[in-house]
Amino acid sequence: MKVLAAMSGGVDSAVAAARAVAAGHEVTGVHLALSRNPASYRSGARGCCTIEDSRDAWRAADILGIPFYVWDMSQEFAADVVDDFLAEYAAGRTPNPCLRCNERIKFAAVLDRGRALGFDAVCTGHYARLIDGPGGRELHRASDPGKDQSYVLGVLDADQLAGCLFPLGDSLKSEVRAEAAALELSVANKPDSHDICFIPTGDTAGFLRDRLGAAPGEIRAADTGEVVGTHEGAYAFTVGQRRGVGLGVPASDGARRYVVDVDISTSRVLVGPAAMLDVDRITTIRPRWCGPRLDGPAHLGVQVRAHGEEIPADVRPAVDGFVADLETPLRGVAPGQAAVLYDGTRVVGSGTIARGAA
Amino acid sequence: MRTYLDHAATTPLLDCARDAMVGTLGMTGNASSLHGAGRASRRRVEESREVIAGALGVVPSEVIFTAGGTEADNLAVKGLYWARSGQDPERRRVLAARIEHHAVLDPVHWLGEHEGAEVVWLDVDREGRVDAAQVRAELEAHPGRTALVAVMWANNEVGTVQPIAEIAAACTRAGVPLHVDAVQALGSIPVDASLPDTMAISSHKLGGPLGVGALIARRGLELTPLTHGGGQERQVRSGTLDVPSIVGFAAAVDHVLGDIAARSARIQLLRDDLLARILAVAPDSIVNGALGGPEARLPGNAHVSFPGCESDALLMLLDAAGVEVSTGSACSAGVPEPSHVLLGMGIDPVRARSSLRFSLGHPTTQEDVDALVEALPAVLERAGRAGQIRVSSQMAAAARDGA
Repeated sequence: MKVLAAMSGGVDSAVAAARAVAAGHEVTGVHLALSRNPASYRSGARGCCTIEDSRDAWRAADILGIPFYVWDMSQEFAADVVDDFLAEYAAGRTPNPCLRCNERIKFAAVLDRGRALGFDAVCTGHYARLIDGPGGRELHRASDPGKDQSYVLGVLDADQLAGCLFPLGDSLKSEVRAEAAALELSVANKPDSHDICFIPTGDTAGFLRDRLGAAPGEIRAADTGEVVGTHEGAYAFTVGQRRGVGLGVPASDGARRYVVDVDISTSRVLVGPAAMLDVDRITTIRPRWCGPRLDGPAHLGVQVRAHGEEIPADVRPAVDGFVADLETPLRGVAPGQAAVLYDGTRVVGSGTIARGAA
Repeated sequence: MRTYLDHAATTPLLDCARDAMVGTLGMTGNASSLHGAGRASRRRVEESREVIAGALGVVPSEVIFTAGGTEADNLAVKGLYWARSGQDPERRRVLAARIEHHAVLDPVHWLGEHEGAEVVWLDVDREGRVDAAQVRAELEAHPGRTALVAVMWANNEVGTVQPIAEIAAACTRAGVPLHVDAVQALGSIPVDASLPDTMAISSHKLGGPLGVGALIARRGLELTPLTHGGGQERQVRSGTLDVPSIVGFAAAVDHVLGDIAARSARIQLLRDDLLARILAVAPDSIVNGALGGPEARLPGNAHVSFPGCESDALLMLLDAAGVEVSTGSACSAGVPEPSHVLLGMGIDPVRARSSLRFSLGHPTTQEDVDALVEALPAVLERAGRAGQIRVSSQMAAAARDGA
């Protein structure tokens, strides 16, 4: 196959590209430039998007002996990921921009452009497995449960999956690092990235405040209605959040208080005890199916965070999404997060959480 | 078998330059040392200086060796500005063409940002040519206020040759020094080094080694140094001289300037054939820059917009097909901006991003042109498809963005 290897400058995508080469594919490396004004050097836990990362990717491509180019995806990224991120927060939801990037950029804008230019697939360093089953190509959890990234790929449809190559799905991270070292890739010991790539400081609240402006309001206790604090913008709060709420008045019983509801229209944030965060039912919108759509009730696993646990649930399709009744309550389900459905290790699809209910 | 059509970026080392360098690589002496070994090295440097001065029709002391064209441009622009504005604080205006290479553009911009220079960007016409009348008018409108004028001899992207004689006359009349970046012009078209006050030249663009160039600076002209140290070059440029590179540079200059007319005529024929055949396989393509002989355009330069295609896709597909070309504008690891040269010529950003530069050089043959023309139709077809997808995805993103 003619393979386009998306190389972030990190160890995973470099080893993925190396494996694609070793598998006999004709591989071309591309580094996606997602920012118009990239910083020069890495800082914090970011693993991409600086000039230094681009150079790392380039050096890895040199060592693999494959052509390498930088693709400008900054316009698409700004519109489809960053602006979407801001719009979701402004609407009181908590988005996961990595899913959006996979859905709209890596396996859409990049894959489509690659296909037009004669490539068959986009290869990335995601830890997930692709299995060609009787009903078509299936997306499965990675063998390494600690690294599994199938959650952030739960937005890919069958056509997108047909154009994917995930060579790391059967490997442990330690094996990937060892392989990078054996190939003498300079990125072998580069730290993993964690933060949101377009917020290099890690200060999401500050990023939102700078772009969405101040919208002051009250923080009230959910049970008594008492005003317990003020804030500069309700969008900066996420259901389930405890740190950084900045309450001036302690709870009467001294218990920890969490954000339990965010109402953007009234700029009101409600706080309450942990028990108020328990959710038994999740309702989603914007469904994405990784294969056949769910056409009736099913007993499936639901995961609502990238590294969260999977909860068994009775799931049924709804008008624009699905409803999941959880066997055990989940704590701190924020609207905007993705709920990804699993059938065993297979990813069935995902939806954006509209609301959770006890 | 690969086809190299990026000679404006760098061109292969000439045999005569390599042979001359090899003969000096074993030498020990520092050209500034006073003993025999030092004198032997110094002798090779001075012989080289005389060769270059002779080829250019200047005196040897007017040749200041640098580490390349960019350093020569920086030395001229900043060195002239500091010297002139230092003598007379009223002289803070800098006139520079919008289409200068970044080696001039960026120091001029920096002088404006950090050193109090009042920068006037000279416009160009649709073919990329500076209007000498604008230079004259700017100089006359502000007598005694201009520190320097900078206009390149020929543009590195679109190859347009500038009216240097007229601009030099205007500068002489106004008593303002003129800096000319002749990096692309030297070795390609006749260059009269007596016209500018300072002139930047580069070795590797004409078949010499990388990492060496020179500033040709009129005798007696005051330049404030950028680097301070041993003062090896006329007390203006410090650093131990790179004897092998200087020797190779001189050999290349001697060789290239010897038969420039015949070489240029051969290359221009190939270039004209290349352009005609590109237009035949891609009738909607547009040639950028001035058309014509060496008085109007560098003979080895072809610059073409391919509407509906993106230049990075074209470059990648041609590269995969074994043909090496350039998008014309440099980009490090960030996002390539549309070329300031094309924008300065009034070309819209979308067309600017659809352009490629093909540059021919001394080894270019008819087979190279044939290989490009053969590869082009399939490349344009694929890049056109990708271009449509890009446009529709960006429109969709913009629509979602607006919603």
